[in-house]
Amino acid sequence: MAGIPSKLRYRPLNLARWLIWGLTALVMAVLPQIFTQGFAITLMSQMGVAIVFALSYNMLLGQSGMLSFGHAVYSGLGAYVAVHVLNLAGSGQIWMPVSLLPLVGGLGGAFFGVLFGYVTTKRAGTTFAMITLGIGVLVATCATMFRDFFGGEGGISTDRVIGKPFLGITYGPGVQVYYLIAIWCLVSMALMYAWSHTPLGRIANAVRDNPERAEFIGYNTQRVRWFTLIISAFFAGIAGGLSTINFEIVTAENVGALHSAYVLIATFIGGVGFFFGPIIGAIVFTFFVVALSGYTNAWQFYLGLFFVLMVMYAPGGIASLVMMQVQLIARKRFKRIAPHYLAAGASSLVLLAALILTVEMTYQLSENSANGTLINLFGVHFDAAKALPWAVAIGLWIIGAVFFHLARKRVARVWGEIQTELLQARA
Amino acid sequence: MNARALELKAVSKSFGNTPIIRGVDLAIPQGERHALIGPNGAGKSTLFNLISGRFPLSEGEILLNGESITGLKPFEINRKGLSRSFQITNIFQRMSVFENLRCAVLWSLGYKYSFWHQLSKLKDANRSAEEVMESIGLKGRRDTPAGVLSYAEQRALEIGITIAGGAEVILLDEPTAGMSRTETADAVDLIRKVSKGKTLVMVEHDMGVVFDLADRISVLVYGEVIASDKPENIRGNKAVQEAYLGAEAEAEAD
Repeated sequence: MAGIPSKLRYRPLNLARWLIWGLTALVMAVLPQIFTQGFAITLMSQMGVAIVFALSYNMLLGQSGMLSFGHAVYSGLGAYVAVHVLNLAGSGQIWMPVSLLPLVGGLGGAFFGVLFGYVTTKRAGTTFAMITLGIGVLVATCATMFRDFFGGEGGISTDRVIGKPFLGITYGPGVQVYYLIAIWCLVSMALMYAWSHTPLGRIANAVRDNPERAEFIGYNTQRVRWFTLIISAFFAGIAGGLSTINFEIVTAENVGALHSAYVLIATFIGGVGFFFGPIIGAIVFTFFVVALSGYTNAWQFYLGLFFVLMVMYAPGGIASLVMMQVQLIARKRFKRIAPHYLAAGASSLVLLAALILTVEMTYQLSENSANGTLINLFGVHFDAAKALPWAVAIGLWIIGAVFFHLARKRVARVWGEIQTELLQARA
Repeated sequence: MNARALELKAVSKSFGNTPIIRGVDLAIPQGERHALIGPNGAGKSTLFNLISGRFPLSEGEILLNGESITGLKPFEINRKGLSRSFQITNIFQRMSVFENLRCAVLWSLGYKYSFWHQLSKLKDANRSAEEVMESIGLKGRRDTPAGVLSYAEQRALEIGITIAGGAEVILLDEPTAGMSRTETADAVDLIRKVSKGKTLVMVEHDMGVVFDLADRISVLVYGEVIASDKPENIRGNKAVQEAYLGAEAEAEAD
């Protein structure tokens, strides 16, 4: 959780950094050539939007210690501003290229960041969290009241194909939208990364760690929080503008509490302590939501459970788990622990199977009972009302639990041994 | 006589109905090293909190270089050239030593809330931070998170953060508290070095440090300054002996 060692930060010419950014750009460019199905393109587009949104959220949570329960307000209002501008452009009332629409969303988000942020950032900590919750509810309520702007139940829909094609780009095909999102995502990532290495970004860290001392080195902590929130709201608005283009509709859900909760969950799962954490989080989360919701009605249950387990056992998120392994690999100790990881992984797969079986059968018997008790899980057909599948589930639970317990102890022991060794080697 | 760096006029502070500081008058000329001593609970730290803007005054006025700073916020007072350290170490625990010091120089170099400069390219900020790091003897700990430094190192960093912004008036709250004899000697050398040409006010319990460093000493008892004089005169002052040094002497005799 201590963050990237500062050794990595202060290096005027950092080849590794250029390499990582170059690779990221390359991967983003090549992906749709490999996964060409419409479903994959949609999924990747949504991931791109989610990455921008989660990174903007982590400017607050991870970098400045502000836990917001209402971040969807900025992405959502940015999306609404963008959709109205797109509709005006579509009807020829104003000139606005679709490629620049995310910027409009960003400016919309930033505008409301100036407005609401002034109120929310007066205080830090729990008070800040409470006020963001309040603002979130307030805006969500407005969404049902002001029909002209928010479009009521149905929201505001739009058409992203406007004007004459420019170099063959119409934004009709999904893959063109993907590339637009990819470019905005890459630029936003780079800018937010750069922000974390500016005076304001660093002082935001200082205000997170020790707001009192920050006041005694000349900084008005209210201002630091406010300015940070405005910039964060700007990038959230860009995410909103991108989602406007992607979905061609904006509804009250975009500003809603659920949307705010999702970005919190995605960011946390990825890891707030590292810059790249929310990127991983956004990818994993979007995959969860989009892919899993197609397979099972219980996807929110799995998501919630996953989130709780992460908070309890890996509060640093996936990023911190990754960085722990990187440390082992760099010091050539990974091979020693890998077999134990494998054992722990295998036993958790058994536990996962037990969980899926239990949850899906329960769902079939309760929620989905109108469709009978027959179930099809991974191609296996069986009757959830019979005793045998339940016996199998119980068996899996027990076997999985026993082996997982043993494997976990091994991992902990070997991990401890390696850490002691490394400490001694350093001394 | 030099111009006054810091002046307190009839400063009072009450918490509820309890008066803690009762009409303190104090004038500290520029370039003086001034020690504030007194028994526990006399209000020394409270006085520091009033001067640095951490608490509002109940009554009175405080002037910094002849200009009133009464009622200003801590960051406003800091920007006017007064910087303080804390009795309980108050640093940025998760940041490296270097980052701690670089944060402390940013405002004074005019970078304010900039989000258009890259820190690694700020030559002046990086140089100042390196210089302060060198002067407080933490060069070898450059990239160590402040939270895992030893106690004495954290105290040195505390002083480093305080002086990094180049403030002309420096308030040190018990800089040697909890240190061993050798650590204290190092700290005294450090304080002498970094306060050169500046106005220094410090709260200190170690009489060795006080008489070694201070040009002038003020004695605070029950929220009042009962004496403010040169060290040799304070040593001979009857009232001070009774109120403070006497108790200490008795304790030593036991």
